[in-house]
Amino acid sequence: MALENSVIQNKLTHKFDTLVSEFVQLHDILTFEVNADSILDVMKFLKEDSELRFNFLTDVCGIHYPDNEAHRQFTVVYHMHNWYDNVRIRIKCFLSADNPEIDTVTGLFLSANWQERETYDFYGIIFKGHPQLKRILNMDEMVSFPMRKEFPLEDGGRTDKDDRFFGRTTDNC
Amino acid sequence: MSDSSKINTNAAAPDGYTGEGFFATKLDSVVGMARANSLWPLPFATSCCGIEFMATMASHYDVARFGSERMSFSPRQADMLLVMGTIAKKMAPILRQVYEQMAEPRWVIAVGACASSGGIFDTYSVLQGIDKIIPVDVYVPGCPPRPEQILDGIMKLQDLVRSESVRRRSSPEYTELLASYNIQ
Repeated sequence: MALENSVIQNKLTHKFDTLVSEFVQLHDILTFEVNADSILDVMKFLKEDSELRFNFLTDVCGIHYPDNEAHRQFTVVYHMHNWYDNVRIRIKCFLSADNPEIDTVTGLFLSANWQERETYDFYGIIFKGHPQLKRILNMDEMVSFPMRKEFPLEDGGRTDKDDRFFGRTTDNC
Repeated sequence: MSDSSKINTNAAAPDGYTGEGFFATKLDSVVGMARANSLWPLPFATSCCGIEFMATMASHYDVARFGSERMSFSPRQADMLLVMGTIAKKMAPILRQVYEQMAEPRWVIAVGACASSGGIFDTYSVLQGIDKIIPVDVYVPGCPPRPEQILDGIMKLQDLVRSESVRRRSSPEYTELLASYNIQ
């Protein structure tokens, strides 16, 4: 007996009411939004409920939507996987641009440790309560968060490469 | 070489004065010849160029023919630093430390587009050429270069080593070069 999407949706809505919303089937995965303040409770429920049993956190990553309104600029995306029924879900939490903070889920899944560090490294999203929130891939001296859309991909202070020799115009460099 | 079944192992003698039973030449030439034919490599391989260098080390291309039999994966006794692959800015201090730990005389070959100029990785996290942090003697172009090109780079370096004065390392120009990289 496979775990149906409707069952997941009903259980969550019944327990969390308006804190979970926007249920939609995206690329064969049930996707929904969770209020950023209640991610810990929702994830704990998904993990520990005897029917849902989402025992594995596949991925934590960030998204920057520069065109969104200020309180929905950043997103943390969680992918969870139920190994028993082989069902996956995607959870999105929207955060504000001024204060992108969310609770860490390292208490539930140890694997979230490096995934949250990576998300912090590239998006500057603060995971409250994380045991060691510091950069993991980029240099520690770096002050910017490179995956934010306003970040220039190339080094602005470059003198070694002249765009004219690389077929680049102002539109694509 | 007329007869391809034989390998000629006679390196050409440097310019000098030959008489009966003796041969006189400059110390520079002898030392240069000795250094050029025993360049001990320190491979600093971070990516695909490193794989090409493994092929260069293997029997078919056999970099050992050039007196580079001993790969040193430590700066100890190594003369020739081969930087092969993308050097991220996070890796730069480590590369520099390896270079600083090598004893003089030391030479550097930047193998491939990434080590020479950052290559296709024209981005915030990649060092745009190792000559930003350490002096480079020979650049090998290619992405990745074939083993023949790496050998060509080594031979170019041999020419350079052969003709280098014994006193070059204490010359003011060389000191100035190192000072421009804040070394010593």
